[in-house]
Amino acid sequence: MQKLYHSIDNIAGSVITLRADGVKYRELAEVASRNGSSLAQVIKLDGDRVTLQVFAGAKGIATDAQVRFLGRPMRVPFSDALLGRSFTGSAQPRDKGPALTDNLIDIGTPSVNPAKRIMPRNMVRTNIPMIDVFNSLVESQKLPIFARAGEPYNALLARIALQAEVDIIILGGMGLKYDDYLTFRDTLDESGALSRTVMFVHTASDPIVECTLVPDISLATAEQFALKGKKVLVLLTDMTSFADAMKEIAITMEQIPSNRGYPGDLYSQLASRYEKAVDFEGAGSITILAVTTMPGDDVTHPVPDNTGYITEGQFYLRNGRIEPFGSLSRLKQQVNKNTREDHRTIMDAMIKLYASYKETLEKQSMGFRMSEWDNKLLKYGDRFEKEMMDLSVNIPLEKALDLGWQILADCFNPDEAGIPSKLTAKFWPKA
Amino acid sequence: METTGKIAGVNGNMITVAFDRAVAQNEVGYACIEQDGKTLRLMSEVVRIRGRVADMQVFEDTRDLEIGGQVVFTGNLLAAELGPGLLKQIYDGLQNPLPQLAEQCGFFLQRGTYLNALDRKTKWSFTPVAKPGDRLTAAETIGTVPEGIFKHRIMVPFAFRGVYTVKEVAPAGEYTVDQDIATLTDANGKDFKVQMMQRWPVKLPITCFAERLKPVDTMTTRVRPVDTFFPVALGGTYCIPGPFGAGKTVLQQIMSRYSDVDIVVLAACGERAGEVVETLREFPELEDPRTGKTLMDRTVIICNTSSMPVAAREASVYTAVTIASYYRQMGLHVLMLADSTSRWAQALRELSGRLEEIPGEEAFPAYLESLIANFYERAGLVRLKDGTTGSVTIGGTVSPAGGNFDEPVTQATLKVVGAFHGLSRARSDARRFPAIDPLDSWSKYKSVIEHDRVERLRGILRHGNDVAQMMKVVGEEGTSNQDFMTYLKGELLDAVYLQQNAFNDVDAATPADRQRDMFAVVEKAMLAEYPFDDKAVARKFFQGVTQAFIDWNQTPADGEEYGKRRDEILKLVEDAAI
Repeated sequence: MQKLYHSIDNIAGSVITLRADGVKYRELAEVASRNGSSLAQVIKLDGDRVTLQVFAGAKGIATDAQVRFLGRPMRVPFSDALLGRSFTGSAQPRDKGPALTDNLIDIGTPSVNPAKRIMPRNMVRTNIPMIDVFNSLVESQKLPIFARAGEPYNALLARIALQAEVDIIILGGMGLKYDDYLTFRDTLDESGALSRTVMFVHTASDPIVECTLVPDISLATAEQFALKGKKVLVLLTDMTSFADAMKEIAITMEQIPSNRGYPGDLYSQLASRYEKAVDFEGAGSITILAVTTMPGDDVTHPVPDNTGYITEGQFYLRNGRIEPFGSLSRLKQQVNKNTREDHRTIMDAMIKLYASYKETLEKQSMGFRMSEWDNKLLKYGDRFEKEMMDLSVNIPLEKALDLGWQILADCFNPDEAGIPSKLTAKFWPKA
Repeated sequence: METTGKIAGVNGNMITVAFDRAVAQNEVGYACIEQDGKTLRLMSEVVRIRGRVADMQVFEDTRDLEIGGQVVFTGNLLAAELGPGLLKQIYDGLQNPLPQLAEQCGFFLQRGTYLNALDRKTKWSFTPVAKPGDRLTAAETIGTVPEGIFKHRIMVPFAFRGVYTVKEVAPAGEYTVDQDIATLTDANGKDFKVQMMQRWPVKLPITCFAERLKPVDTMTTRVRPVDTFFPVALGGTYCIPGPFGAGKTVLQQIMSRYSDVDIVVLAACGERAGEVVETLREFPELEDPRTGKTLMDRTVIICNTSSMPVAAREASVYTAVTIASYYRQMGLHVLMLADSTSRWAQALRELSGRLEEIPGEEAFPAYLESLIANFYERAGLVRLKDGTTGSVTIGGTVSPAGGNFDEPVTQATLKVVGAFHGLSRARSDARRFPAIDPLDSWSKYKSVIEHDRVERLRGILRHGNDVAQMMKVVGEEGTSNQDFMTYLKGELLDAVYLQQNAFNDVDAATPADRQRDMFAVVEKAMLAEYPFDDKAVARKFFQGVTQAFIDWNQTPADGEEYGKRRDEILKLVEDAAI
């Protein structure tokens, strides 16, 4: 028998408090008021005082609203019928399709046993040299794109999604502009990828609590597909909105903020989502590609900073290009030893020289005389930016490596590139 | 009768419990959930007592806990099981063996499942050492069992106070860890049965040794900038702070592989699971350069990764250091690596926030500093009661917010460690690995090379760095040839000695002898005077030397080519020098 409660004591932000008994921690409740009804979740128990977080926000909730506890935690439907559909942050249909109610699964499932994880071993080819050559993406990796607002990160995300060889794409949108959502949908539709995509989208105008549910729902769904043997790519954009939503809620709950208003458990909260990236032995895998916008283009901001410590590298998107400095794929070593023997060498040598080029640019801008070496670097840097870094370059890894040797040979002598003599002997293009 | 309590509040992983009889601070209890006719028991620890109400942190997800739910107290503090069988194991922060958990629960960690840390079925071949009538105190040897390549000492339990007389010792033979192997009688004539396994509360240090000694001997790690420039001593402490992506974990992994110690205890504390997996999968394959066995044979892994429950993360560093100290009691040298202590500090912060304590800097609790100091103080070189020595060396990584060392965890750590390997973003961006900042880092320990020689080269490096800074303002043409040469010499030291290619088998690990050899050559190249009056020529010369050096660095030391390549460099230098 389910009891109904009619007397709410406190309402603040999206949080309500009432007296009730027999309530379980994290249980769901339905809050019905004359302005509509919404789901809510128990976030604190103190004696008989129960604190609930209302998914649709507390706007319009009356003190005599009806609260019914459901005796179960948050669940979402899971089946193949999800494919091609789009939903809100609380798993309600956003498109015109029917609501799904079958086969409910828990969200926020426990962590994978580290002893059951396996070493990542498959490279995900994207045909973008800045990724394939310099920072290879690996199946089961979790990788964010750091960018300031305004960079074409969603376009990059969509392009990687389309070119990467995966079975299922799950898009988790948080604080997304409505037209960005439409762009995503249209891009996937045009390329025929929509039928293998599930979208959970919270737009900027939706209730804030739904924003915090998107990663959990997306990843719980991804986990189910992966357990059924599918290779799943999860796109999360934008995780800074997610963190901001948590901040907003934490402050309303009067929690002590730690850094710039963010709650003290920001790291653990982000980690428990990102750590869902996994390669299941004998089943599928989850790869997570996320966007973290950097307020003020500041990487030391708490959200990108904590993210960087969690994820396996990061891509910096700056001026429409993936920056070679700072961008890093921590798992590249797992795969770039099996591609071609010169892969690592080219990767290291070209970046080192590009760093020297940057120094030379600085000198040049201050009006210093350019030495012969400086001129070589200038020529090199220019070609590197045009032929490698530009995001419109679309060539497979092997072609990109060959191109790398060609650029080096056009600009330097073999002993200037800092490459072991064994490899120069084999790969240096003959004039 | 055991103490019980009722849940009076739930907030995140913190529960408030009204109890009936006595409870102790840090006592362990189990919060119960009745579900489908079964009882799920979640391990918790008392963190604060106010009147008849205790605040407890739950080591698991608190979903489904109810007001009025039962809590059973155990009367014990959080303790680690110590005995043969710890090596090669992979534990979570509460010492549950993860591979066995996986067998039982599959892919996911199920809450409320706790297993014995030490297998109760494995038989160990026991050889008695003590004889009836012997008088023993805590940590003195009763007998030994072979554990891999080590002689594992079965000792009088550390919690025994005073002198005990051996009444009986089991004869040599095969025993499990929970079988009685001796009977000891205390001063009052009371008998105690002793097993191979004992428990020790993880938050208390083990101090059953004769005395603590000053760490003097270098613990070689085969990382050149560490051994030569910023060495670590056996029984010492060091920290590696650095922004993300600067290579903290790779450096830790290299040190865990090549450090000259008997046993390595790795505490993966709140970091990425993927990195632990690398260790888990690679260590059983890799050969220990010292013994020829696999690296796993001398390793214990405590793994509480970032998505595992936060409260257990706090416990994991203590579990790790307790295991390390246990092996120290056997006269072994143990290296304990904690990656990362910042995550541990953050776990404390979350806890403190839930307790609504008055926050200190960046909301960290005010007692953070003393906790960090206490933790590092558990390292040390000791003389045991039988005269042999053992040590625990602690190396902790720190992940400062924004890569800024001016934050509470880094600062509190720097005060108490003996060596500081600061990693810099500028170096990692330029792919200069290991990215240990050669100017900011420091060490109080003894290097593998004489102090004066190291300092002389470091002086050139520092000067070269000043020149580089100046050159940014006045340009190359505004720099004197002499200064420019100093700059190039600094760059040479950096490129060929301070940087190591972790992915080249030879270059990744340089034994102390080879370091001395290399140092002599690079020293010669740096101290020589060159007559170049053209900067381009000078640069070209140093590029040539660097190239020759890099080739040498990647040449195995046992071949003929090794000496040949060294002579080549020396000849280059001699021909060019005045």
